[in-house]
Amino acid sequence: MQQIFNFVIRNKTFLLFLLLFSIALALTIQSHSYHRSKFINSANGLTGGVYGTFNSIDQYFNLKDENTMLSEENKRLREQLFNSVNTSDSTYIDSSYSIGKFRVTTADVFKNSYSLTNNYLTLNKGRNDSIKEDFGVITSKGIIGIIDNTSSNYATALSILNKNSQINAKLKSSNHIGSLTWNGESPEFTQLVDVSTFAPVKVGDTIVTGGQSAIFPKGIGIGTIDSFETDISGDTYNIEVKLFNDMTNVGTVYIIENLDRTEIKALENRVNE
Amino acid sequence: MNNIAARNIIRFITLLLVQVIICNNINFLGYINPYIYIIFIFLFPIRENRLVFLLVSFLLGMLIDMFSDSGGVHAAAAVSLAYARPILLKTSFGMLYEHQSIKFSNTEIGSLITYISFGTVLHHFILFSLEIFNISNILSILQKTLFSSIFTIILSILIIILFSRNQK
Repeated sequence: MQQIFNFVIRNKTFLLFLLLFSIALALTIQSHSYHRSKFINSANGLTGGVYGTFNSIDQYFNLKDENTMLSEENKRLREQLFNSVNTSDSTYIDSSYSIGKFRVTTADVFKNSYSLTNNYLTLNKGRNDSIKEDFGVITSKGIIGIIDNTSSNYATALSILNKNSQINAKLKSSNHIGSLTWNGESPEFTQLVDVSTFAPVKVGDTIVTGGQSAIFPKGIGIGTIDSFETDISGDTYNIEVKLFNDMTNVGTVYIIENLDRTEIKALENRVNE
Repeated sequence: MNNIAARNIIRFITLLLVQVIICNNINFLGYINPYIYIIFIFLFPIRENRLVFLLVSFLLGMLIDMFSDSGGVHAAAAVSLAYARPILLKTSFGMLYEHQSIKFSNTEIGSLITYISFGTVLHHFILFSLEIFNISNILSILQKTLFSSIFTIILSILIIILFSRNQK
């Protein structure tokens, strides 16, 4: 017993180092799997407050870009409105029809990273604004990521530039689906894998969200096909997708909640059982 | 004594804020960021208890991790650097360290550069190994380590020289 105590006292620095290093290592390993640590993330009052203070200064420098983006979106929405074929001249009497399937919230990006292998965004909306895990995050141009952790006033989102990210996507021209992943290299490109070789893939075609996962509505833009190659197995294509969004410059985002999500999840769980 | 404690607390907070607000957003050439918060570990008082030193370094790394959503990579790298610091001091300062009489503000610039360089490369290598966490990407790890180290070393030495002259 005496010897054990002596050993501990003699090597206390090394043992403390070992302890702290193992804690850090455990947290690191946890962060490399999808369901990450709930303790260490930037969705909390301290980091949110600090980022918020400096974000308000930063916002002034991006006002011009933000304005251009908004007027572009307005233009597109107006075009859709004026050209819409469906001129409805009657309304539903039953009010339950008029409730949409998706609820949209706007949020400011407090922190955005794109140079790491696992990137996250910090947003200024949280549980108090009914934001929960697994809501989709988009801009007017295309998708950004999925909400990962929330605190009462802040949320972190798993960026599509994250090795753990896997998003259901499809070709706009057909219904062939694949999953969107990232290889950790360029913030301008992501990779669409597991697309069947029957799919009519052409360079320049548009990739949109598939709407299979109950996170994103169907048909939100992701990017265009930059190049593609057949997988080693020969059954699937690996497609290099050039993103619509400039992931290095994201100011304001929309958070999408699928109101039918709990119902879909419950149904899927029952199938799995 | 109190003065030293206060100075270290101020240094801790300042470096933390500068790191997360400015340095994490530089992204020079797309991915090169300096990690200047390790200046705190370099300049921590030598005669202070090593256990306290390890704990404070861990806390600093953990806070950086919290701000940048990176799991525990900064904490692991910072704690390793803190643990390895006596060896680094001995190799770069030699006899001065044996006599416990190093003052960073008036040491030879050559020794200081050696000390900072070895420490930074060690820290960055652990940092990027854990961040990428894939041995098949060893080239990418080495590349990031090299470029970020150069950036950090230059900035750290400039900052140390700039601020130590003021305090004379």
